[in-house]
Order: sequence, then structure tokens, then C-alpha cells
Amino acid sequence: MSQWISGDAARGIIGDGLWRQNAGLVQLLGLCPVLAVSSSVVNGVSLGLATALVTGLSSALIASVRHWVPNEIRNPVFILLIAALVTLVELLMRAGLPELYAVLGIFIPLITTNCIVLARAEAFASRNPVPHAALDGVMMGLGLTLVLAVLGGLRELFGKGTLLSGLELVLGESARGWVIHLIPESAHYQFLLAMLPPGAFIGLALLIAGKQWWEARPARTPAPAPLQGEQA
Amino acid sequence: MMSSPFLAQPKSVRQVMLWVLAALLPGALLHSALHGPAVWLQILLASAAALLCEAAMLRARGLPARRFVLDGSALLTGALIGLTFPPLGPWWLVVVGAFFAIVVAKQLYGGLGNNLFNPAMVAFAVMMVSFPAQMSQWTPHAALSGGDQLLYVLTRDLPAGLSADALAGATPLDAVRTGLLNGQTLGVLLAGPWPVSLDQALLALAWLAGGLALGARGVLRWQAPLAMLATLTVLAALAHLLDAERYASPLFHLLAGATQLGAWFIATDPVTAPSSARGRLWFGAGIGALTWVIRTWGGYPDAVAFAVLLMNLCAPFIDLHTRAPAFGQRQPGGRR
Repeated sequence: MSQWISGDAARGIIGDGLWRQNAGLVQLLGLCPVLAVSSSVVNGVSLGLATALVTGLSSALIASVRHWVPNEIRNPVFILLIAALVTLVELLMRAGLPELYAVLGIFIPLITTNCIVLARAEAFASRNPVPHAALDGVMMGLGLTLVLAVLGGLRELFGKGTLLSGLELVLGESARGWVIHLIPESAHYQFLLAMLPPGAFIGLALLIAGKQWWEARPARTPAPAPLQGEQA
Repeated sequence: MMSSPFLAQPKSVRQVMLWVLAALLPGALLHSALHGPAVWLQILLASAAALLCEAAMLRARGLPARRFVLDGSALLTGALIGLTFPPLGPWWLVVVGAFFAIVVAKQLYGGLGNNLFNPAMVAFAVMMVSFPAQMSQWTPHAALSGGDQLLYVLTRDLPAGLSADALAGATPLDAVRTGLLNGQTLGVLLAGPWPVSLDQALLALAWLAGGLALGARGVLRWQAPLAMLATLTVLAALAHLLDAERYASPLFHLLAGATQLGAWFIATDPVTAPSSARGRLWFGAGIGALTWVIRTWGGYPDAVAFAVLLMNLCAPFIDLHTRAPAFGQRQPGGRR
């Protein structure tokens, strides 16, 4: 039932997931966790990776059963599969990284309701072979992770003047020293707006604007040669 | 935006801005007499930052920087920031505030005429939310000499024997709020013939005078400020009659905080207010009501900035529902 992916198809799926159809910046899906958990790089990347794991697994699972799921009840079936996978990830995280689990808390079970997971199941996994679907799920998740990392980094940097704070929650106490203080700790720098929800909205808006600007650029740079007698 | 019969000469943006700046002068002079020369330093810093940000953003957007910078709108925003921020706040407070006002609230929304929110009030709200401690450092009297004030603003250095805590004072709004939270009653808190100090009352009157002059010159339109002050007065009077020990008198609300400055110089911003006369009445009434509600039950010392921003948000909606119908147009179920 599965055919292997051609290089072109893989490149297309990777490009879509990471950039062209980026879940956070283009599809604007799953904004609830993006806005709520992006207060630091570590939080953002952790939730992003958990989401990528779930989207990859669920897309593969759904693609593998797509021929047997009756069209009329496909959504409940998809959600049940996704919920089972999320429960798995949640239990693993609780066992392995209890401190991080305490920080991310409610947002882990809420991955189930993340629009990206169901959207990929519905739009891609239910009509594509398993390898394609798995790659698509992982890449969509990684695209979201990228947004979460950049947004988390921006908010952390402007809000507290640090990067990678809270790393000890993931890698243990030894990582406490890895926290980068771009502004010396003694300065007690704090810019509350960046840490509060408005900062998440403003930051995401700036990221989206930045992507739009970047994509509009190539069209502008090769300026057409001015016609003679006309002002440049 | 003019309505027929086009009797008045249309005014240029620059003329209007210069008039408004001139009308701010009596208040600004009194403000600096009460709080010291640091006020002028803050105005200078805020205006310089606002003009620089404006020029940089106009250049980045490929617009004629010279023409739009000289229209005075950024200068007015800077002046309003300098006047509304605490006079002894650190220098970067007004600079970051001006950056948010011009870059985020004004130019990213499309520049003068397209901004949804009043830039000066965005600056105030952003800095109030982000730096509540620095934004509530109001000194009641000039406890420092002029030179020491300027030095304190720029370097945070105080002359020997003075601490920052000794300088900090509460505004009347602040004092009333904390006093009420601590179980005191207004009869004790606002004892004396006047609910606010003479300084406060004079300052409020100076803003009022500037506003009235603008109104008489036809630079501002009366609906928003009058509706705001009337709504604030009525609400405060009703509550005050109900329980004078818990709700401050209308006179207190009219004289304290930024009521007069907000009514005459903020609520009258033609860009962020509705464009119909009936709309401006609703707009002003909303600001007045929200100011009273936030002052009475809210968590921040003053409410005018938040009230204005919330009503800015409603302005397009108000415009939609107060638009005069075109001649002969019938609105199904409408009022006209």
C-alpha cells in the first residue's frame, strides 16, 4: 500500500512544512499554544517537538488506516487516534521530564485539539501514502517548532534579556549554567510587555510581516531597466 | 473631512498641530513650575525620539520624510508623551514610549490618518503595563533642585542624603485607591474644602483653558470632550449621592489625574475618534464612563489612557452605526 517518496515530492513536502505552508506563519493554525507557550525558547521548542512527534505519528497512523475509515465518521476516528497518541506522549513526558511537564501542563493534552494535527490528518494524511504523510506531519510540526523557537527567543530576549532560560527543566541541573544572559543578571532587566500575552500577539504579527516582506522582496530586487526618457 | 456648507477655511495639518501645541503651553508651563525643569527635559527627549522614529520609518516606507516630519504630528505626540509621563522617570522611559507610539502605533498602521489608536496613549499604556514601578514615580513637589533633577533623569544619580523612596509620592487618585483598599473612608482621605490639592486643580484648569481656546478657534470639535466630562460627572455624582464615603465626588474626578488633558487633547484627536458628530458624542461618553469605571474598580492609578484606547477600538463600529444616511436612502428597520 505504500510507495516510497521521490526526491521531488519529499523536497516539496519539506518546503511546504517548513516555509511555504508554515503552520504558524501561513496557515495560522494552532495559535493558542503558539501564543501561550512561546514565553521562552525552551518552552516553545519543547512544545513544538512534542507537537511534531504527534503530527508525524498521527499522520502516519491515519494514512495507514485511510482505506478502512468510512468517510462519514472519519473525524471522530481521526480524533480518537490522535488523542491516543497524545496520551502516549503525555505519559512519556510525565515520566521522563516531570519538571518540564509541570511548566507546559495543560498544553500537552491540548495538542489533541491543536488544529494543525487534525488539519494535516484531514487535508493530507487521509489521501496520501504513509511515508508522504509521516514526512508531512513531521515537517509541519518542525515548521511550527521553528516559529515557536524564534517567537520564544524574541520574547525571552526582550522580556528578560536571556536566552535558553529553563534549560535545566529539559537537560537536568547541569544545564543551568548554559543560560545566556545577554543583559547582565544584576541589571534586573524586565520588559513585561514581551512576556505578557500582548507581546505574543505583537511578536507573531511581526514574524508574519517579516515573512511577507521577505517573500515580496525577490519580486522587487531585479528592478526592470528603466525605459529611455522615463524617470527611474 | 468637511461637511457642507463649506464656510470655514480648511486648515492644514501643520496649522492644526501648531495650534494644539500652543494650547498645551499654559498647562506645560504650570506643570514645569510645579514639577521642575525635568518636565522640559522629558518633552525634549520624547519629541526628539518621536521625530527620529518618524523620519526613519517614513524613509523605510519610501515616503517623503521631510514633508511628513514637518507636519508637526510627531512633535505633538512627543509633547503629549513628555507631559503624561512622570517628570522624574528615567530618560529611556519616554524614549521607548515614543518609539512604540510612532513606530508601532502610528507608522506600522499606515501613518497619520490610518492609525487606529492614539499614539501617545499607546505609549502610556505600553509603558504602564511594562514598567509599573517607573511609571508611578510621581513627585508631589520639587524636592530636588533643577540641575539635580536633570541629572537624576539622565543618570539616576541622587545628591547625597536622598533616596529614591524619599522622592516618590502618590497622586491623589493613587492615594484614594490605596486608602479605600485599606478600609479608610473618603471623608478622611479627602478632608478639606477641596478634594484635590490647589496645584492639581490649577493644572486641570490650565488644560481646560487650552482646550477652550482650541474650541473657540474651531480647531477641535466639542462633542467628544463635552460628552466625556458630562458622562464622568453624572456617573460620579450618582455614585457619590449613593455612598459619599466610597465614591469620590464629581469635582474630584474632573480635577484629578488626566481628566482635563485627556478630554481636550486626547479624546479630540481627529484620526482616532469617529468622524460623525453623533459618533463623537458616543465616543466621548464611552471614554467618560470607562474612565470612571476603571478608576473606581480598576488596578491602575489613572484610567484615561485605557479608556481612550478601548474607545479607539470602538470608533470604526461607532462610525458604522452613526453614519448619516445618504439623501433618499432607506434603512430597513433603521431609526431614520
